[in-house]
Amino acid sequence: MTDHTKSNDTDTWDIKITSGSGYLDFHLNELWHYRDLLMMFVKKDIITVYKQTILGPIWFIIQPMLTSLMFLLIFSSIAKIPTGATPPILFYLVGTTLWNYFADTLNITSKTFTDNASVFGKVYFPRIILPLSKVVSGLVKFLIQFSLFIIVWLYYVFISKAISPNWYVILSPIWLFIMVLLSFCFGIIITSLTTKYRDLTFLIGFGVQLAMYITPVIIPLSEVHGKKKIFFLLNPLTSLFEAFKYGFFGQGTFSPSWLLYSTGITLVLLITGIMVFNKVEKRFIDTV
Amino acid sequence: MSKEVVVKAENISKLYRLGQVGTGTLSHDLKRWWALARGKEDPYLKIGEENDRTKKTESDYAWALRDINFEINKGDTIGIIGKNGAGKSTLLKLLSRVTSPTTGQIKVKGRIAALLEVGTGFHPELTGRENIFLNGAILGMTKKEIQRKFDEIVDFAGVEKYIDTPVKRYSSGMYVRLAFGVAAHLEPEILIVDEVLAVGDAEFQKKCLGKMSDVASHGRTIIFVSHNMQAVQSLCKSAIYLKSGHIADVGITEKVINNYLSREVKNCIEAKWDDENTAPGNEYVRMKGARINPRLASETDIISVATDIDITFDFVLHKECALNISLFLNTPAGLCIFNVSTPSHQLKPGPHSSTLKIPGRLLNDDIYTIKLFFVKDTSAVVFAIENILTFEVVDEQRTGSWFGKWPGAVRPSLPFTLT
Repeated sequence: MTDHTKSNDTDTWDIKITSGSGYLDFHLNELWHYRDLLMMFVKKDIITVYKQTILGPIWFIIQPMLTSLMFLLIFSSIAKIPTGATPPILFYLVGTTLWNYFADTLNITSKTFTDNASVFGKVYFPRIILPLSKVVSGLVKFLIQFSLFIIVWLYYVFISKAISPNWYVILSPIWLFIMVLLSFCFGIIITSLTTKYRDLTFLIGFGVQLAMYITPVIIPLSEVHGKKKIFFLLNPLTSLFEAFKYGFFGQGTFSPSWLLYSTGITLVLLITGIMVFNKVEKRFIDTV
Repeated sequence: MSKEVVVKAENISKLYRLGQVGTGTLSHDLKRWWALARGKEDPYLKIGEENDRTKKTESDYAWALRDINFEINKGDTIGIIGKNGAGKSTLLKLLSRVTSPTTGQIKVKGRIAALLEVGTGFHPELTGRENIFLNGAILGMTKKEIQRKFDEIVDFAGVEKYIDTPVKRYSSGMYVRLAFGVAAHLEPEILIVDEVLAVGDAEFQKKCLGKMSDVASHGRTIIFVSHNMQAVQSLCKSAIYLKSGHIADVGITEKVINNYLSREVKNCIEAKWDDENTAPGNEYVRMKGARINPRLASETDIISVATDIDITFDFVLHKECALNISLFLNTPAGLCIFNVSTPSHQLKPGPHSSTLKIPGRLLNDDIYTIKLFFVKDTSAVVFAIENILTFEVVDEQRTGSWFGKWPGAVRPSLPFTLT
């Protein structure tokens, strides 16, 4: 087997397994090869959620409906927090749908390494496939929930005529994309940092819950006054949520500079995220 | 004949931290960062010791692998052998890219797939069909490839009837068969196989090994890690013998396996007591020596199931008596394979010797220990000695395609006809 007469280093090698790694190596060829795996993971996520339930995917819709009704009762009827000129139910519905997508993606991607250690310990595939698949399966769930919002929204636009959307609505996929990218980046950074020291994990669930109160989910930015407004503004999600609502409701704050700020933060996090993820994925199995 | 190197390992080493990860690692990490930031060498790379699990080491770090170099050519079937803890699994993990080496690099040409476990990523709620696609994709197959192989896989596993049933309702046998079915139909240029063959019944093992030799005969490269010397010998043309993280030997399988067995199996085939005062014995009998003489064709050969063995004892008798010797051949687990006795003879005081001849094709492959009773007047045991000798009998090169452990306490060659 060892044949030293013919071993020339000028040969091209397909894979090099080394200790170091290129920080900004995206391995796009490899990702493309594993695209079917991504879709299989998505399919698995969707199918397994409603296996052995009677209502099946309808649960996806019941969830935001109940949350919105609860918000309606607590924040609108009891606490009397204003939602501007937008009907409260519509305001809460879009808020919780967006927020759920953000929070679910963050929660699940931030546990990528710890949750999948058994699979990662046995077989190689580009690790990033797993958090990416969570983004896609989250999107499927989001679209189902969002269609519920669209139905209610159409009612308010055409029948009750309570709101008047504008053309900015066509930009909303962009805001959605930035939002989920933000969540994904946070997630992969957190999972990379928690392979060795798990301390951070305990803060995440709590932190995500808390972050909802500085995001315009239950209260529009226009109704936030005083010192706490700065927290809303610094939160990169705020301008995205506001721009989203501006398009659909014709009300809200559409601020190009704050949107640019959010995009900038997302890009910085994306680069950082890929760097730490690339670094950690090579050897996390030894410490997880 | 031009040989193409498809796997090349250059100076690979792997350092593991011992003890609990998480206590004190932060301070180590900080020291490491500080050293690297100043452009110095990682302070913890120096202190690792050779990985010998039997000794307690001073350092918190151990080298699971140290400076491993090898090349594998296209179409080779190569076995990796060694004791537990020799670094076999670590090497597999590196080759399969589950983790990366501390230093050095491995270069690979072509697609590589690793079977460290069957059924990785199987989801109990999904049906057999869905799991075939999921597991296939995890192992690196595209959807098209899986579709092409689908019927073959189902056929191999023999689960047509249950293909749309969630695998959580499968019997464990069906589950393993389906899982191996997917793995067996991978078509990488390089296949890495761990001891997955240990699963399933004999018939299924046969199927798996058959499938593997099939793959090997199609010119693909196989790296096979196993404790089962028989399977390694039958499947692999060459072998790497790992010992405490180093390559102890490399080359033709037979040579490497013999080297491994002679170095790792602690045989005690000879015992000698020169000083009469310390030799085992009593006022009747004093041992002088004992040895096993296998009749081997050459010195480097090892005792196999076909080898004729002579066992000889030398002792000094102090009192004249009617003596016979009773010999027990035991396995380390304490099972007595047989008990034989010499005829009783009136012996004079002085040195005597006794020899037992065990023909080949009687013992099964196992480790054996010998216990002796010295019996006076065919009734009273005057002296007994346990574990006086230990030796191992290994399996011979077998024909056919089943390489599991041969059942039975003994393995006699008996006239058995079929017309």
